[in-house]
Amino acid sequence: MNSTQSNPKPKLALYWAASCGGCEIAVLDIQDKILDVAAFFDLVFWPVAMDAKIKDVEAMDDQAIDLCLFNGAIRTSENEHMAQLLRRKAKILVAFGSCAYEGCIPALSNTTTRQATLDWIYRDSPSTVNPENVRPQTGTDTPLGKLELPEFWETVRALDQVVEVDYYVPGCPPQAHQIWAVLETVMDIMKNGKPLPPPGLVLGAGDKTCCDECLRPREEKKIKKFVRPHEIIPDPNRCLLDQGILCCGPATRSGCGALCPAVGLPCRGCYGPPPNVHDQGTKMISALASVIDSEDPEEIDKILDGIVDPVGTFYRFSMAKATLGRVQFNGKTSM
Amino acid sequence: MQRLQIDPITRLEGHGKIDIFLNDQGEVADCFFIVPELRGFETFCVGRPVEEMPRITTRICGVCSEAHHMAAAKACDAVYHVAIPPAAKKLRELLYSAFFTGDHATHFYILGGPDFVMGPEAPVAERNIIGMIGKLGVDVGRKVIGARAAAHEIVKILGGKTIHMVSSIPGGVTKGLTVEERDHIVALANQLVEFGKFTLKVLDDVVLKNRTYVDLILSDTYTHKMHSMGTVDENNRVNFYDGKIRVVDCDGREIVKYHGREYLQHVAEHVERWSYLKFPFLKAKGWKGFVDGMDSGVYRATPLARLNAAEGMATPLAQAEYERFYETLTGDRSGRTPVHQTLATHWARVVELVYAAEHTLELAKDEEILSPNLRTIPTATPDEGVGQVEAPRGTLTHHYITDERGILKKVNLIVGTTNNHAAISMSIKKAAQGLIKRGVEITEGLLNKIEMAFRAYDPCFACATHSLPGQMPIVVRLRAPDGTILAEQRRE
Repeated sequence: MNSTQSNPKPKLALYWAASCGGCEIAVLDIQDKILDVAAFFDLVFWPVAMDAKIKDVEAMDDQAIDLCLFNGAIRTSENEHMAQLLRRKAKILVAFGSCAYEGCIPALSNTTTRQATLDWIYRDSPSTVNPENVRPQTGTDTPLGKLELPEFWETVRALDQVVEVDYYVPGCPPQAHQIWAVLETVMDIMKNGKPLPPPGLVLGAGDKTCCDECLRPREEKKIKKFVRPHEIIPDPNRCLLDQGILCCGPATRSGCGALCPAVGLPCRGCYGPPPNVHDQGTKMISALASVIDSEDPEEIDKILDGIVDPVGTFYRFSMAKATLGRVQFNGKTSM
Repeated sequence: MQRLQIDPITRLEGHGKIDIFLNDQGEVADCFFIVPELRGFETFCVGRPVEEMPRITTRICGVCSEAHHMAAAKACDAVYHVAIPPAAKKLRELLYSAFFTGDHATHFYILGGPDFVMGPEAPVAERNIIGMIGKLGVDVGRKVIGARAAAHEIVKILGGKTIHMVSSIPGGVTKGLTVEERDHIVALANQLVEFGKFTLKVLDDVVLKNRTYVDLILSDTYTHKMHSMGTVDENNRVNFYDGKIRVVDCDGREIVKYHGREYLQHVAEHVERWSYLKFPFLKAKGWKGFVDGMDSGVYRATPLARLNAAEGMATPLAQAEYERFYETLTGDRSGRTPVHQTLATHWARVVELVYAAEHTLELAKDEEILSPNLRTIPTATPDEGVGQVEAPRGTLTHHYITDERGILKKVNLIVGTTNNHAAISMSIKKAAQGLIKRGVEITEGLLNKIEMAFRAYDPCFACATHSLPGQMPIVVRLRAPDGTILAEQRRE
């Protein structure tokens, strides 16, 4: 909007697909630095903040947008359409935040089915009164004209499962200081004509695990029993996992500052897998295998019974990228 | 037949559209507000341990994650039949009051305010927070950013994270306060109270002293007689965190007052084919369609509705403003006569902002919040529980059923803005009907006035505008029945 003919600014777009809005608020939490961003970039598309029209994006030349930060998972036909559109229009497409990066919590939906979801919401939930079993339709003819809804899909996908992605910024949401670090770096590259980092890189995070940022002293782990967070009052000066509270710190990339353990709650993995790890859940299982204090298979089984929701815990934020991919129902996969 | 499409509008999940059909006389024949979004939390939470819900359901909304965190934590307490220590309750409520102050501030200044400060028909480029700062002075901008930052800081100290906080679990909270942290929060809370007073003055100077705006607020185009829902304390005063849900009818008479766990006896949800979002209604009245009035089941659960459903505010400054609000708009300062002007919701929001700020300070000064007794370890067998709070955008209900291990078997949620879905649809339609007439040019100002009908609700899709510069994207296309675009008006 602010570009001039003589000195056009780089064009920036921000968009959200299936997400909660937290990534957008996190961007705003860089406080007055947002004004620096607005001064450096020509903000061509940012539905949260300004006059942004899909039609205007469609009218742009391909690759007219220099940088697009895309948050949210791909849940509907509309989400996919926007992902494809912005991929076409953007030189650099960033999967911004856990939903776009690896599906995040909405991808826990991949442990159930589209049908089960729709049945519960529109028929079986106790507050729903729907004697005629009305369901939302992609097309509804009214005497006045046709009303349209996007398709609600079976499976939640991450952005790079739909289009090619250049970089990733993890976090649910990314922490404001990390967002500013990414934007500052990008602005520096653009301002000074520096080369871009290699594609596929994770930006705005650390290169270790959450445990490396956690201030709780660790011991050699010997876990005899798992406990759930509400069942004990943990010692504030000991590693939570040492105390038997399942903490995903060992299988999670650093970068957030270990905020959750600092207030007495275990990490659930929102910064995604550590470097060189593809499957966060497998990494967590491997970490646990080495700390369970037993050689007796029966006792090991008993200890493992204390993990009440392995899939929902180990893959809390990364279900769309999980190697297992989809949960099976009645012998049939529901992909 | 002609069709106007407003597409896209921003909302929390970033997607929403309005379809307006015109008859041959060029008048509005019908109007649909369509929510094309569904994520399915109620189903995919099944199988999860219930204590994780305060951390999972925050991801329903990153703008008001605090509301889901609290409703989930209260539902968890109920599932485990555990009473949390008084200090834990106060700490949760302290976090929640600070959040409410910041949230209402962002709506008032960034979303709703620009329409009044700059004028509903001001150039689009100016009708935003930047324009407001230009008009009202940099000091106002500093105060707004400062108030948001203060509220966020309190949330982070108590909740661990600014967005998607984590500290409430079944039986209490995991994070207490040191004396230093408490002193810091008291200073921040004092700042919020001063900000509340300042906001009252802005409201007065900019809106209430301007006859044109008062006339706009009172006009029929923005008026709907509906029932009002809100949570009240034992003295029927507004409360955000705890109490009973009170519903009053269009005339202010109590229809029902119930505990959150009884919600299924009083509220039900209707389904339409053309929207993924359901339409809650009062069971006592039944679903009668998109109609207002005494016989309709449609109700509102907004700041205005909360004031209507209550009989006052629990803090002094807010109570004084509550009385002035009703005296000005109904002539009766007791508040027994409801206000039905949708745009008055902005004023009601400021009354709530002042209450939230005063209550934040009250709680911060309460010595009990320094108590180390923050947790009750649950011992009862978990089964079923309902947690309810007032989210800024309406009554929020989380209902969980678990097995004996506390693993979720069923989840039902009625989310803040969902309560207002029918009311928002009707408000948009009435504004469109009042503004679009044969021969009337579709101007930017007209579009903005349609937008003002839903903006007052601060609905979740409008959470989006909690940002700079707070502009809603909007396109109206006039189409022939074959879809050909005859005319188009866009914001520039």
